[in-house]
Amino acid sequence: MIRVEGLSKVFHSRDGGSVVALHDVSLEVARNEFVSLVGPSGCGKSTMLRLVAGLVGATKGVLEIDGTAVTEPRRDIGIVFQSPTLLPWADITDNVLFPLRLMRERTTDARARAHALLELVGLKGFESRYPRELSGGMQQRAAICRALIHDPGILLMDEPFGALDALTREVMSMELLRIWTENPKTIVFVTHSITEAVLLSDRVIVMSPRPGRIAEVVDVPIERPRMLDMEGSREFQECTGRIRRRIFGADETGLSGPAAA
Amino acid sequence: MLIVLVAVWEASVHAFSLPVYLLPAPSLIWTESLAVADTLGGHTLATLGTVMYGFFASILVSLPLAVLLTSSRYASATIYPLLVFTQSIPKVALAPILVVMLGATELPRVIVTFLVAFFPLVIAVAVGLLSVPADLVELGRSFKASRMQELVRIRIPYAIPFIFSGLKVAIALSVVGAVVGEFVNADKGLGYLIVSATAFFRTPVAFGALILLSVLGVALFQLVVIVERVFFPWSAESEETVIV
Repeated sequence: MIRVEGLSKVFHSRDGGSVVALHDVSLEVARNEFVSLVGPSGCGKSTMLRLVAGLVGATKGVLEIDGTAVTEPRRDIGIVFQSPTLLPWADITDNVLFPLRLMRERTTDARARAHALLELVGLKGFESRYPRELSGGMQQRAAICRALIHDPGILLMDEPFGALDALTREVMSMELLRIWTENPKTIVFVTHSITEAVLLSDRVIVMSPRPGRIAEVVDVPIERPRMLDMEGSREFQECTGRIRRRIFGADETGLSGPAAA
Repeated sequence: MLIVLVAVWEASVHAFSLPVYLLPAPSLIWTESLAVADTLGGHTLATLGTVMYGFFASILVSLPLAVLLTSSRYASATIYPLLVFTQSIPKVALAPILVVMLGATELPRVIVTFLVAFFPLVIAVAVGLLSVPADLVELGRSFKASRMQELVRIRIPYAIPFIFSGLKVAIALSVVGAVVGEFVNADKGLGYLIVSATAFFRTPVAFGALILLSVLGVALFQLVVIVERVFFPWSAESEETVIV
């Protein structure tokens, strides 16, 4: 569904310098696959997500979704950021409906759809509350609804649980898996947490920095449905161990240099 | 607290038998002002008019100006020095020149009021428009929001709390500006009343006008606060956590 080949992205700064954010990345993501991008800061995982979203253009290489080159934002993509970024002046329902309003596609059944999504993420009864009245975890659930309102085929998530506490994080991971099972989508999930990546994904793309590139692709052979207690299993430990060695092994050369930004 | 202060004031004026033209007792201010009460209303309305014209002119100019200022690096580089220049001109010095240029009408007073009030408003709105989280702007872009949609649906609503803190400063400064305008040229208004009363050593009336001015200022300020509470409750609440 998503095909990336020889993709590079160079950012030019105002003073004439340039940073290679991504170098020669190739990757394919199948329909309804759950893929995670893991790596230290500066490995280009967020850039990768923004390229797929069509928010930034590639410097070199091929980036296709369903055989069409990505040159601008597409309507079949939903994005969830690290912070919920809800609109403080709109209630939860209007926040969820916001993408439709921007695309001028508010149909009569949109409200009902928003309410159904809110029920799916456990926010029934909070439809007309305002973001400030909700906890961080609940706000992020609403943000997920907002990303799903136009029923996109692809969900891009940029450290969506990064700002939540550890317990909420685990609950949200399981929620996401449940939503994904009930409502299959292609998900590209950026995270710093190796455990989270293994728990959620079919495949984990391990990236390394300077320049950002794919270090290894790890298949997660653990059966679904996944449960939190699987984290103790031997297979799970093997996966996380392999990824950890990959990340810290690749980073050793960089330890003498300045800390990654 | 206020009552204690007034009582101490009243007592010390009598105790030290201060001359009336230096510091009149509150009771005297009250009786003397009451004596000219029939004209006070007209003066207050005149000042209120100048304040409101100047205040609304600063709103009408500040909003589009702030949008322009934040629209591009080039625009801000061009306009910003000009704005700072208008602020470096002493308004008290400018007022008589405006009177010569525009005649002894309401217009120079309104312009002085506007010049005093608009700058903090422009800055507040501009800061508000730029305070939108980058993620939210990206979210808009990912749904192909046009620049106009981005402005109307995301940036301006986001700037509302900032706009209101700018409005609160602007309304207070509008009163100051209106009085400056009246000092230089007016035939009515509370500022004019202070000038003419002190010219005849009628200090109690000048004090009365001064008190009315501060009451006017507080009332207008509260009006802005109420408008925010009623129409943008989410904005008022988001500020309470910061200020109160």
